[in-house]
Amino acid sequence: MFDISIVFDYIGPLLEGLWTTAWISGISIFIGLILGVALALTRNGKHPLWSRLVIVYVSFFRGTPLLVQLAIVFYFLPLAGIFVPSIVAAILVLSMNTAAFQSEILRGGFRTLPKGQEEAAWSYGITQWQCFFHIKLPQVLRKTLPSLVNETIDIIKNSALISTIAVTDLMRIVQSYSSTTYRPLEFFITAGALYLILTCTVSYVGQRIEQKLIQHQGA
Amino acid sequence: MELSIFIEYWPLLLSGLIFTLKVCSSSLIMGLLLGIFLYLFSTIKNRLTFMIYRAYLTIFRGTPLLVQVYLIFYGGPLLGITLSAAEVGILGMGLYVAAYFSEIYRSGFNSLPKGQIEAAQNLGFSKRQILTHIQLPQILGLIVPSLTNQSIILIKESAILSIISVPEITYAAVKMASETYSVVEPYIFLAGAYWVINFVVSRFGNWVELKSTHYLATN
Repeated sequence: MFDISIVFDYIGPLLEGLWTTAWISGISIFIGLILGVALALTRNGKHPLWSRLVIVYVSFFRGTPLLVQLAIVFYFLPLAGIFVPSIVAAILVLSMNTAAFQSEILRGGFRTLPKGQEEAAWSYGITQWQCFFHIKLPQVLRKTLPSLVNETIDIIKNSALISTIAVTDLMRIVQSYSSTTYRPLEFFITAGALYLILTCTVSYVGQRIEQKLIQHQGA
Repeated sequence: MELSIFIEYWPLLLSGLIFTLKVCSSSLIMGLLLGIFLYLFSTIKNRLTFMIYRAYLTIFRGTPLLVQVYLIFYGGPLLGITLSAAEVGILGMGLYVAAYFSEIYRSGFNSLPKGQIEAAQNLGFSKRQILTHIQLPQILGLIVPSLTNQSIILIKESAILSIISVPEITYAAVKMASETYSVVEPYIFLAGAYWVINFVVSRFGNWVELKSTHYLATN
């Protein structure tokens, strides 16, 4: 018998899991953004060796499954004598993975900026760092916002895989309750609904920010 | 690195690789066809059917594939649908990727100016001729890169089927790792295998794109 009310007995732990999923995804996206900017700049930079290394990095993280990346980091770190809690390994892998995707998004953004802007900034005596933080980065973030929001949604969905390395995120909690109560249907539908709330919220907030930016530009 | 363990395990890995290719191609074909069906469904000028279409997209694009697969795998038998793990995988991935494919088709068809079709109608082209001689040749070049991208994403996500014990390549590598107690070789091999598959798929996509935009190059 299908009886969704069983889920409400476990609503506390489920929401806790949702929170874990949310903050791990949030931190990973943020670290990934910083790393992604660095990667994009290195890739577009003048040093062929570094730029080649970034290509290899991006190719690896975009060309292999996240599940495999998680397994590699989770099992290889102890071999290298590094012991970290699984939650740290999860954040590490998610950040490195999204950094590769974000760097490609941002790289496209940086390329759309006309070179004249930079030259104009130089002739005004603006330093390279100032030019980057006050002129280039804000424009690129604005332009690539829709893709970055999509990437955030992807990371939230992909974060379900960190349950396989024993992080008690939403997926892990749902799995354990569905097997102890023998109610997989109810619990997995709930999991879907909770993920949906998270992803829909992100996409809604993204659209609102986008609208605000368009209004701001129009004024 | 102990490469000799591959002597014993290559049949397992090879059968896993073949299984991955089979499962992915089956679900891609299913997704491509179901996507056409979904796209046609979305073109019906009716508010209710469009809402159903949006709901399908939101559910399948807004929740993790793992949740969807679990729901079919554990929930299916309770509803009297018993499928093998591989069938669950194909069905789950097919339903999932169809949502993305349908939107790709939609963006392709929407990109053509309406005047073209009206002009063709005036010139006495039949509906079918308009589709095969005017719409499809133009759209193909536009949508092939997106279709390739989405196919690569799906191939990578197919790794999660190992969690429901589909004997694909990740499953084979995990088995090898647990039996030989060596994690480095199987996982490096696994990452390499996915990378190669995706490289081939992306090259194939480029080739199809080149073929489908051939008419542009001749002018």
